[in-house]
Amino acid sequence: MTSHFIGDTAALTGRSLRHILRSPDTIITTALMPVAFLLLFVDVLGGAITTGEHSGPYVSYLLPGILLITIASGISYTAYRLFLDLQGGIFQRFQSMPIARASVLWAHVLTSIIANLASIVVVVLVAVLMGFRSGAGPAPWLAVAGILILFTLALTWLAMIAGLTAKSVDGASAFSYPLIFLPFISSAFVPTASMPGPVRAFAQNQPVTSIVNAIRELLSQQPVGSDLWIALAWCLGILVVAYVLAMVAYRRRIS
Amino acid sequence: MIATAAAPAIRVRDLHKSYKKVTVLNGVDFDVQAGTIFALLGSNGAGKTTVVNILSTLLHADSGTATVSGFDVSRQSAQVRESISLTGQFAAVDEKLSGHENLVLIARLRHQRSPRVRSERLLERFSLSEAGARAVATYSGGMRRRLDIAMSLIGDPEVIFLDEPTTGLDPQARLEVWDAVRDLAAQGTTVLLTTQYLEEAEHLADRIAILHQGRVIVNGTLAELRAMLPPATVEYVEKQPTLEEIFFHLVGATTRRDTTQGDSQHSDSPEQTR
Repeated sequence: MTSHFIGDTAALTGRSLRHILRSPDTIITTALMPVAFLLLFVDVLGGAITTGEHSGPYVSYLLPGILLITIASGISYTAYRLFLDLQGGIFQRFQSMPIARASVLWAHVLTSIIANLASIVVVVLVAVLMGFRSGAGPAPWLAVAGILILFTLALTWLAMIAGLTAKSVDGASAFSYPLIFLPFISSAFVPTASMPGPVRAFAQNQPVTSIVNAIRELLSQQPVGSDLWIALAWCLGILVVAYVLAMVAYRRRIS
Repeated sequence: MIATAAAPAIRVRDLHKSYKKVTVLNGVDFDVQAGTIFALLGSNGAGKTTVVNILSTLLHADSGTATVSGFDVSRQSAQVRESISLTGQFAAVDEKLSGHENLVLIARLRHQRSPRVRSERLLERFSLSEAGARAVATYSGGMRRRLDIAMSLIGDPEVIFLDEPTTGLDPQARLEVWDAVRDLAAQGTTVLLTTQYLEEAEHLADRIAILHQGRVIVNGTLAELRAMLPPATVEYVEKQPTLEEIFFHLVGATTRRDTTQGDSQHSDSPEQTR
């Protein structure tokens, strides 16, 4: 059966991508809230925010955190799509067919990565219109893309758990709200140094801060410190734990 | 493949299944001979879907054995899945895809050669050619079910499970599905269908089993089941047309079909053969 894994996953990924192409509004709505935050923070609040030693426009300071918010809101659609599949008869049909069983999940994972990358491109283009510039060469940009894909992969597997275990549509997508607000208590909007003690302690040690810092350093051509490694460790850690739990939930679901 | 002519296509022995404290199946036995239509009859909640889900490897029985095409459903589930198709209680079609795309998807997942050609042929066979390019969301209930059954035929499975194939369909759509099911059996496919409509079992099935309170209480041909009651007394009753006969007389039994063949002008009868 596993010899068909790649072909089956490709066929099922083609199916979910068609869903997205037929309702491209999900990519726009995913990008809508991050773009609104971008406008709000840059044009309304940005004048009053000091970012310390960071030089350059505030939009460039803000963009990395906004990209993480984009992914966090995008994966709620992943959980939603998986949940809908499980509700309908089509999932039963797939399960009763001689296909590689994990391919049903992997198709959603690949679709999630492609859809989130599309939303990220939209948000970056808006940021460019608002004055975001980066002198970074291809290598740092590739590194940024790599971090974003890894982060998407980690959150997508979290979304798989939500989609597999949710009892209602609302439950399937609501899990992403805390993830969307995590960047607010991080270095995404203001430097953590300005925060009071306990909040600062949380902000400095949660995953978003190290990921945001790593992306910011890469895009502004500053030396990349330990942030990059901490960021990668967080992403891989979340990915492994979420993957294992999602697989347990999946087995329970199909047995 | 392994099953010889004598071995039943489906063999169920002493199947038990409980959900928490509720016993759904309490020792179910039956055989289905290859190439026949077998109807599992029962009221809502009798356990029909549970039997189908166990046979199609979606659910594990608590005890008892079941084989499909000679393969044990719990120990050789991969082989069982190779030889079956399930058409579940709710049309298992992708609403956002077109009929053609649905068929191509299943053909690719069943690792068929030239999925597009297979799809075109099936659309034609099920009178869906014109609707093939449209999203399934725009289909009528009968069209959905026909597509659902067409999808089940891809890969030429030896055994097809149809779980309440006509529930929620209007009378015309029901006739269309019946035609499709007869077609299947005529080509040698074994069909196990569940239904709560006595009439449906009467029209379609070679053998009928009645599932009641977790057991098969009767299992036989229609003639055998009839013989269980005292012989019919002859009474002369003025024949009133049934509402169904009136309905078909007024609207014509073939109006809903995409291709009008005109071979069944009035309502279906048990004697009708194709």
